[in-house]
Amino acid sequence: MALVEIRDVYKSFQRDTQKIDVFTDLSLDIASGSFTALMGPSGSGKSTLLNLIAGLDKPTRGTVRVGGADVGAMSAGQLAAWRARNIGFVFQSFNLLPVLTAYQNVELPLLLTNLSKKDRAERVRLALDVVGLSDRADHYPRQLSGGQEQRTAIARAIVADPTLMLLDEPTGQLDAKSSQEVLTLLQRLNNEFNKTIVIVTHDAHAADRAKSVLHLEKGDLIEKAAVA
Amino acid sequence: MKIPILYNVRSMLQRPYSTALTALGIALVVAVFIGMLALANGFRVALARTGSNGNVLVLRKGADSELSSGVGRDVASMIAASPHVATGPDGRPLVSPEVYVLVPMGKVFDTTKMANVVVRGVSDQAWIVRSNVRVVDGQRPASGRAEICLGERLVARFPHTGIGQTMHFAGRDWTVTCHFTAAGSAFESEVWGENEQFMPVFRGDVFQSITFRLKDPAAFEDARRSLQDDKRMTVDAHRESEFYAQQSQLLGRILAILAWTITSIMAVGAVFGAVNTMYAAIAARQPEIAVLMTIGFKPGSVLTSFLAESGLIAAIGGIIGCLLALPINGLVTSTTNWASFSEIAFSFRVTPLLLLNGFLFAVVMGLIGGFFPAWRAARLRVVQALR
Amino acid sequence: MKYLPLVLANLGRHKRRTILTIASVALALFLFASLRTVVTTLDAGSRFGGARRLVALNATGLVFPLPLAYANRIKAMPGVHSVSWANWFGGRYGDGKRFFANFAVDPVSYLAMYPEIVIPPDQKQAFLQDRTGALIGKRLLSEFGWKLGQNVTLQGTIFPGDWTFTVRAIYTPTDPAIGDDVLIFHHEYFDERIGRAGIAGWYIVEIDDPSHSPAIAKEIDDAFRNSSSPTKTGTEREFQASFATMWGNVSLLMGTIGLAVVFAILLVTANAMMMSARERTGEVAVLKTIGFSDRLLFGLVMLEAGVLALTGAFLGLGGAKLLYKATNFNAAGFLPGFNVTAATLVLGAAVAVVLMLASGLVPALRAARLPIVQALRHVE
Repeated sequence: MALVEIRDVYKSFQRDTQKIDVFTDLSLDIASGSFTALMGPSGSGKSTLLNLIAGLDKPTRGTVRVGGADVGAMSAGQLAAWRARNIGFVFQSFNLLPVLTAYQNVELPLLLTNLSKKDRAERVRLALDVVGLSDRADHYPRQLSGGQEQRTAIARAIVADPTLMLLDEPTGQLDAKSSQEVLTLLQRLNNEFNKTIVIVTHDAHAADRAKSVLHLEKGDLIEKAAVA
Repeated sequence: MKIPILYNVRSMLQRPYSTALTALGIALVVAVFIGMLALANGFRVALARTGSNGNVLVLRKGADSELSSGVGRDVASMIAASPHVATGPDGRPLVSPEVYVLVPMGKVFDTTKMANVVVRGVSDQAWIVRSNVRVVDGQRPASGRAEICLGERLVARFPHTGIGQTMHFAGRDWTVTCHFTAAGSAFESEVWGENEQFMPVFRGDVFQSITFRLKDPAAFEDARRSLQDDKRMTVDAHRESEFYAQQSQLLGRILAILAWTITSIMAVGAVFGAVNTMYAAIAARQPEIAVLMTIGFKPGSVLTSFLAESGLIAAIGGIIGCLLALPINGLVTSTTNWASFSEIAFSFRVTPLLLLNGFLFAVVMGLIGGFFPAWRAARLRVVQALR
Repeated sequence: MKYLPLVLANLGRHKRRTILTIASVALALFLFASLRTVVTTLDAGSRFGGARRLVALNATGLVFPLPLAYANRIKAMPGVHSVSWANWFGGRYGDGKRFFANFAVDPVSYLAMYPEIVIPPDQKQAFLQDRTGALIGKRLLSEFGWKLGQNVTLQGTIFPGDWTFTVRAIYTPTDPAIGDDVLIFHHEYFDERIGRAGIAGWYIVEIDDPSHSPAIAKEIDDAFRNSSSPTKTGTEREFQASFATMWGNVSLLMGTIGLAVVFAILLVTANAMMMSARERTGEVAVLKTIGFSDRLLFGLVMLEAGVLALTGAFLGLGGAKLLYKATNFNAAGFLPGFNVTAATLVLGAAVAVVLMLASGLVPALRAARLPIVQALRHVE
């Protein structure tokens, strides 16, 4: 069974008086352990798809199942708890809390668990270690480079050990070198730690690192052959 | 080059809640400020209006109130014969030797609450000597009868005060024959009757004070010296207006100090609020400020502009505060004047000057609150802000 | 509380705003405690009074004296344990700017009836033996720099002339409502100087059983009803309460001002909270994406408002308590025993909680109801 099952999803937005159809009839499976890149021009619905999978948004019709759970049917409270356990989300603009240190930022998802302070510390250290930022734990976001900030954000996304990682243009604001570092890290997470990863990107280099690439064009899916 | 004020008005409307909360905070401070000073004001004015500049009040030497004074009949006759005393149309001297006592009376809404009401025994000349006193209803007490006339402020607050009704004090019944006003002064909280009626039932054959009209109001000093130097009597002569104004000093000063202390502390809090608002406003508008400066507006103009904005918010608060305080004007309250131990009813007085002061107080709060944020805005470096 | 570092970090974002807001709350609660203490102090004064003590006044009014001869007749009544008497003197010291109470009492019976007035035994002896001696509260000592054995001259306002007393004893009141700034002297000396007029301003009657006070009061009044000086007798507490009502509606005035103060600061705090919340719209969306529930975010904003309000309250209430204690404040004698009570502190803390709820509610609701997708679009 696929980790993500999207069935007959219809999604529209109301913008002013105009109704915009993003997806008319979308079905899609994402297998467990895959590394998928979502590509497509602006307005093709990439981010909306990501939001639907993360349960941040709900389909107008159709179902979105992640790990067997019907995301669209859950209440806001259930969704929050579900996201905390199952989803690691990374943004284009990092979105670290500027008032917290790298350590505290990474710790945020663990606050929602019942882990003790000691256990939390252990997990945070581990996550920071994986992204290679153990020595930056006490730095504030403004003291980090863009690449370091994004790696901190990735550490925040993996610290609670979610089944699924969703990344929205994670390299969009990074220079080439930092981008490579981040993408290498993602590959490692996929290969070594068996994380299922979905990444929205404009960047063909980024898409090259994925195992499969999906193209969205005006809400329609054009699947490309998996790259080995 | 000035930045148009319209820019500030628009900016304020951009953040309506913040502007409204800040202005309302200032409004409350202004309302309390005006309210408390209106109370002090009302109390002072009630006593200031009691005395007349052309009258002299004679007390026993050393007495600091009518209550603690005592003057014999012989002194009353001597004063009546003084050349400084004006004479009425009938040729008699305008003198009122008076009996002054405090009588505990239960209030109308709660008769267990007692107030010490002034009962004043006057001569028939008193109604002329006290030019501010006017009988508004009924007939003045007739000589030789147990009749009384009540100050208007007593009427609603104490039982049995209607004309024709009977009040009981000093072991006797007294018929109410009239009500009088006295220009809002403390007399309006008094019971008046004939001195010769009160003498036997209260403190015996002695007056507490003697009030007379000066023949020449400018000659007060002469009159005072001649009375105080007179070896036959040991008295102090006070200008009536000064004496009653003096009686308001103790409580009036306490009220004013209280008003200033409380409102100053409140004002500091409100200024902090204004500082927060302005700093947030400026932080949110850094790029705008940078653009203004790039266009060529000088730091001075930016400073003035933000000071004006802060002042404007405060001014709106000031106006709301004045409007909030306005309804208390004329509200009647009462307290014991500790200088005389008697209860006095008086009205809150919100004067135009007080409103103006409240408004200016608000603007000053705004300017103080706006200064540091505006200073920061004026010193903003363009490059930094645009980044 | 594992979320506390997050809340504190948020408060640290705009240190100046946080400090100014806490300071406003502190000032407001300081004022609140002060105004409330004025009311409680007057209240305590009006409730003062020994259960076994009655006070008899001239029915005509406070300023009219009673004959001294009543003492023996009252003492002879059943249920009466002892009788003392006093007369208001109203003397002025120096320029008279600092007013203080002074009156003449029958010292032996008076001090026996008032165990609240504590005097060192040797001083008490010295006072009782000196006919022109004075017993003074300890505050007068420090305020005027008087010393034991010193002569002090008051000018009589009701009873003319210069009256010189020797300070023989200093008392400390155990009940603050008594006031520590009173001067007491011998009624015997007073009576002699005013020409043996034989008057007493009021009688204090100690009775055996407090439950008999209405009956005994009535008996006293009945005994003198048809004399030239009828009496009005009541418990000491009633007597004190009648003084308190003379202030007029102080509690209403203080209450109104207190309400305005608290409300004004509520606006300041609410404004600060709203500004902070608005600036953090994007961050709230991020937290929601991580999995923070709406309820948790509501709680976090509330907690933040709570830290502001409670820190301010702690400083303001604590400041009021310490300041008035340290300066031994009594409003120039008008408010003896001015002390911020525990009840006032609790009430102040309750006000702070209300402040927290009221100022945090709108921003907290806004954070909880924030739609993630729109807010994130705003951030990206």
